[in-house]
Amino acid sequence: MSRFGFGGSGSVGVMMLGLSLLLVTAASSAASSQGADHLAPSSAIDIRVAQLTDTSFKIKEAAAQAIAETGAETGDPRAIPLLKALLVGDLYYRKVDDRIVYVAPAGNSSWALTDALSGEALGDVGRRDLRKITVNNRMRSALRASIAALTLASPDPQLRLKAAREMIGSDDPVVISAVRAQLAVEDDKPVADALALVVAIADLKQPEADSRLTAIEVLHGNLYPEAHNALNALLGSEEDVAVRAATKAALDAIDRKRQLNGSIETLFFGLSLGSVLVLAAIGLAITFGVMGVINMAHGELIMIGAYTTYLVQQLMPGLTEWSLLVAVPAAFLVSGAFGVAIERTVIRFLYGRPLETLLATFGISLILQQLVRTTISAQNVVVQNPSWMSGSLQLNPGLALTYNRLYILLFALIVFALLLLVLKRTALGLQVRAVSQNRAMARAMGVHSARVDALTFGLGAGIAGVAGVALSQLTNVGPNMGQAYIIDSFMVVVFGGVGNLWGTLVAGMTLGVANKLMEPWAGAVLAKILVLVFIILFIQKRPRGLFPQRGRAAAD
Amino acid sequence: MISIPSFKPLLLSAGIALGLTASLSGFAEDAAPAADQADDETIKVGVLHSLSGTMAISETTLKDTVLMLIEEQNEKGGVLGKKLEAVVVDPASDWPLFAEKARGLIEQDKVAAVFGCWTSVSRKSVLPVFEELNGLLFYPVQYEGEESSKNVFYTGAAPNQQAIPAVDYLKDELGVERWVLAGTDYVYPRTTNKILEAYLKQNGVAEEDIMINYTPFGHSDWQSIVADIKKFGSEGKKTAVVSTINGDANVPFYKELGNQGISAEDIPVIAFSVGEEELSGIDTGPLVGHLAAWNYFMSVPTDENDTFIETWHAFIEDPKRVTNDPMEAHKIGFDLWVQAVEKAGTTDTDAVENAIIGLTTSNLSGGTAKMLPNHHITKPVLIGEIQDDGQFAIVYQTEEEVPGDAWSDYLEGSKDLIGDWTDPINCGNYNTQTKKCLGAEQAAE
Repeated sequence: MSRFGFGGSGSVGVMMLGLSLLLVTAASSAASSQGADHLAPSSAIDIRVAQLTDTSFKIKEAAAQAIAETGAETGDPRAIPLLKALLVGDLYYRKVDDRIVYVAPAGNSSWALTDALSGEALGDVGRRDLRKITVNNRMRSALRASIAALTLASPDPQLRLKAAREMIGSDDPVVISAVRAQLAVEDDKPVADALALVVAIADLKQPEADSRLTAIEVLHGNLYPEAHNALNALLGSEEDVAVRAATKAALDAIDRKRQLNGSIETLFFGLSLGSVLVLAAIGLAITFGVMGVINMAHGELIMIGAYTTYLVQQLMPGLTEWSLLVAVPAAFLVSGAFGVAIERTVIRFLYGRPLETLLATFGISLILQQLVRTTISAQNVVVQNPSWMSGSLQLNPGLALTYNRLYILLFALIVFALLLLVLKRTALGLQVRAVSQNRAMARAMGVHSARVDALTFGLGAGIAGVAGVALSQLTNVGPNMGQAYIIDSFMVVVFGGVGNLWGTLVAGMTLGVANKLMEPWAGAVLAKILVLVFIILFIQKRPRGLFPQRGRAAAD
Repeated sequence: MISIPSFKPLLLSAGIALGLTASLSGFAEDAAPAADQADDETIKVGVLHSLSGTMAISETTLKDTVLMLIEEQNEKGGVLGKKLEAVVVDPASDWPLFAEKARGLIEQDKVAAVFGCWTSVSRKSVLPVFEELNGLLFYPVQYEGEESSKNVFYTGAAPNQQAIPAVDYLKDELGVERWVLAGTDYVYPRTTNKILEAYLKQNGVAEEDIMINYTPFGHSDWQSIVADIKKFGSEGKKTAVVSTINGDANVPFYKELGNQGISAEDIPVIAFSVGEEELSGIDTGPLVGHLAAWNYFMSVPTDENDTFIETWHAFIEDPKRVTNDPMEAHKIGFDLWVQAVEKAGTTDTDAVENAIIGLTTSNLSGGTAKMLPNHHITKPVLIGEIQDDGQFAIVYQTEEEVPGDAWSDYLEGSKDLIGDWTDPINCGNYNTQTKKCLGAEQAAE
């Protein structure tokens, strides 16, 4: 049926066989290759490399395999860089003569070519004169295995470690004996550990109970999933009582560690969801909580912050790494300016009339959405993630915390602390609190209440903009993005207690963790519903939220 | 304290609302010049795609596609010697509004055919209107099947033209044994996953090797779900994710996969709703190797496709815009409709319906699309791997076109049903066992 088919399950075996061959030859050539003549057999590589321009993945895969084997046989130093470039998609060929080349950007949308085989510089060309050599998933795993086999004895411990990790779970006897040989001479601790793990997993299949017991000892409490799977398989087939007991104990140790990992993970997920809620809600805690304005356009102020991030990135191309640092103050100012404008033109006429404020701000939210749709685009825009926001922090083999969430959690706490400082330690903060507690008295004391109102609303709007910068790193930036956060934000503020910043923080984090605790057994949809029902019930019991304002100020 | 609302602010918000409505309908009228002028000299074609709201992201492109096709046809001299005229309305991603706008198009604008809808729920919403008023709808998006209406032509893929071949590819070529079926919580993913679950179980996959997960529209916090998938996939057997996650929820999903270090070699994700348009909003670097199943990719290497892309870029005046599968479906549907009208010599609904069955046109991947008696078309199935430039490298293609099957063979309630709108059956849900047409009565779930 298929034009590009590969012939099913047999090929995995072929790949393993190829890998074994590689290792045999690598081992045998390790001794003799030092003085080997590269020129004579390298023509074999040339032919194979030429085949990489074929459109059939099957032919390309065979060619890559052959390059790896030739490389192992002859110690040809060009094999590894070729395979690596192929793996990450950095290998191209020139359209005019199918010559395989490495490329490097040479400015002005032209590219400098280097012949992949001879290393000869071939001058600069445009992008259209090149064609990339594509690889598919099968080729990528085969390439990884080949590179691992070729680099197992590499002088660089980092490469050896990568190769050893790649081999965890392998049960190919040739691979294992190569790993044993390397383990005997390995002097780098992490690499030796990884190699020992490969050997131990393979040794679980040894006929003598003693060797199995030694292997189980190595795997005791090991968090690599391959170790767990191998032990599990052993538990199912083992007949020796002592070995069974040891396996059981080793598995229990793994499970205990996994449970701990799981709890830490859930807590982190919850706190990170909570930090997003807090960020989105904290601006509202000012406008709604302190000023009592029901601002339905709050989500759109977040959206404007996110779009500001986008525009900042457009204005500073090539500086993605730093763009967020510029975007935070920019978003604060832009959203803040929008906030002041909204307050001055609409909201100030509606103080004390919550119903009308609600309707008017809802109208404003629609206007802002349409404004973005007509001026920028109805489509979502791409906000780049700086590289320091990608990837994850590996705490142990079973636990990794993603950097973007980690930074946003920190960011939320910093924003919260700064806001608290502004409200508690600055003149503006003092005036804001005075006006919100007793407007008439504050005015009598000489506070310019209209100005304070505008600034307070601007502050809340600015914080919403800052939240938009953080959200642009997690989710889509589009005209509708604000809608997703308006309900959650009101929920957090009401739950935490209107007018109390600490309440917002605690409420956001609580709801985040509660949501994530429920998600595994209730599913994402039901978990959200349950949280909402819980809040409704809670508000029935305590209408003023977790931390109600006390004293005369609250008793209006 | 509740005060009596004063009129000033109410007037203000009413004014805002009015202003908005005016701006929206003004947009619609731009594309639809005065309705009653020159009624006899033009043939009107309705375009029912959301230009605002959540679905605007995907549907705006389709509106432009239809306008491009109409312009192209008019340059060739129109249809039956008359020019075509587009009537564009904006149902604003609001499902009931779809029905209202459809009624307006058929009753007031008297359009000859409508090209429109994206989500299944919008199609379900307009279906009774088209059946009541005997209109014609060309629906261009891949969907869950279990439907064949006299008045609708389904130019997107049925499950047997997308979901089943995709699963076969993973099973046979990649040796996948464990399955995560992840989808957005609405009718298309739920029905598709029901069909896939039944299909996998019939192929000997055990219950514990299937994990099903639904998330709300626009879900953005994928941490725990991706962690669960990672755990599920690390238990020894080769695992794949079959994703019917729709719309922009895909962006944070793929980002989370990348951040948690799940590569396509470990756990490949095959998506049914992610095309070039959706990828143009993501940095595809970490996604390289993940898969999508469609009936067309922009990277299809044919002359027809090159011409189509060039025409599109010239029309939209932006060489960076991508083409995608539903656009091809609209092109095929439009070609077939034009042919049918020419053949029937009239735009009358019943005559066009009879004429269109059996007509063929070339698709953009070098094959032929044929309109079948069940109002679905024949399509090739393509599987592509995401590349770092946001395009797909085609890794699999069926040699022949697969005929669209309205009623799934893997569900109890529908395996005996067929749709056939030719004499003598003339029925959208004909039971081949009892030899009866179920008619308006719904097939048992």
